[in-house]
Amino acid sequence: MLCEELSEALAATVDGDARLGRAERRHVERCLRCQAEVVQYRKLLRAMRQLRTEVIEPAPGLLAEILAGIEEAGERHAIRSVLSGRRIAYLGGLAAATAAGAAGALVFATRSRRTRLAG
Amino acid sequence: MPRESARDVSELVAAARDGDRSAFEELVRATHADTYTLAYRLTGDEEDARDVVQEAYLRAYRGLRRFRGDAQFTTWMYRITANCAATHLGRRSRHRHHDLDEAASVPDGHPDRDPQLRADGDDLRDRLLAALDGLPPRLRAVVVLRDVYELPHEAIAAELGISESAAKVRLHRARKKLRDELFPRREGRRAV
Repeated sequence: MLCEELSEALAATVDGDARLGRAERRHVERCLRCQAEVVQYRKLLRAMRQLRTEVIEPAPGLLAEILAGIEEAGERHAIRSVLSGRRIAYLGGLAAATAAGAAGALVFATRSRRTRLAG
Repeated sequence: MPRESARDVSELVAAARDGDRSAFEELVRATHADTYTLAYRLTGDEEDARDVVQEAYLRAYRGLRRFRGDAQFTTWMYRITANCAATHLGRRSRHRHHDLDEAASVPDGHPDRDPQLRADGDDLRDRLLAALDGLPPRLRAVVVLRDVYELPHEAIAAELGISESAAKVRLHRARKKLRDELFPRREGRRAV
């Protein structure tokens, strides 16, 4: 087994995500070069995790730009809500008027029928 | 590190979900530097990072009702930022197609061959940052999200629009490239 062939497998095991097969484990147990590589991957992972503690401060204008973008999106949303509210109110009014008209027609038809029967 | 204090942020998130825009603005103030840091690590460019962060917060604002609150707000922002960065870099690569090309030339990060790096990058952190800069963006994204921000493979795959197994392959390849840059071998192949 070539050490080079094992390199990506060692990269996979460094955070405990994967395990080496039996033959690979036996190789690493006897190979100083692969053992050194395991140590290097661990150093690499520690250095990567350490980057999490760092914060890169953005240029001063960024916060204002983000907030302005959100404000603009908020205004657009509010305008859409008002428009859709008006649309709903209009459709509601239309529906109410239609229902009232239908009810009126029904009452009128019922009365006409009663009058005909009485006559 | 995330600057959020869990209680404050959960209260702000609840208020923001109820439509309180000032609460969302407070969330932005509390988290924007951390989000920018991730965007910068993913894109490797200040201008791109700014665009990505702005887009990420707009998406978060529009999608806040979908945030279930069972994860930390910062973790949710990391996922959105990763997704925005992938979209941004993908869009840019259509104009400059070498960006996502894995075969793109990688700067020589060997301190023993590069005097500038030897002078500047004496410690592991500096050399690591240089090596990260030299990675193709699609490898860098996976290794940063996994090894720096510890996102699960599933989340990384989902936000980058790739399969989980592809995400793992990229991660292992990225780690190998970083290791090769940081600890260059001095000997030939050896078999046991």
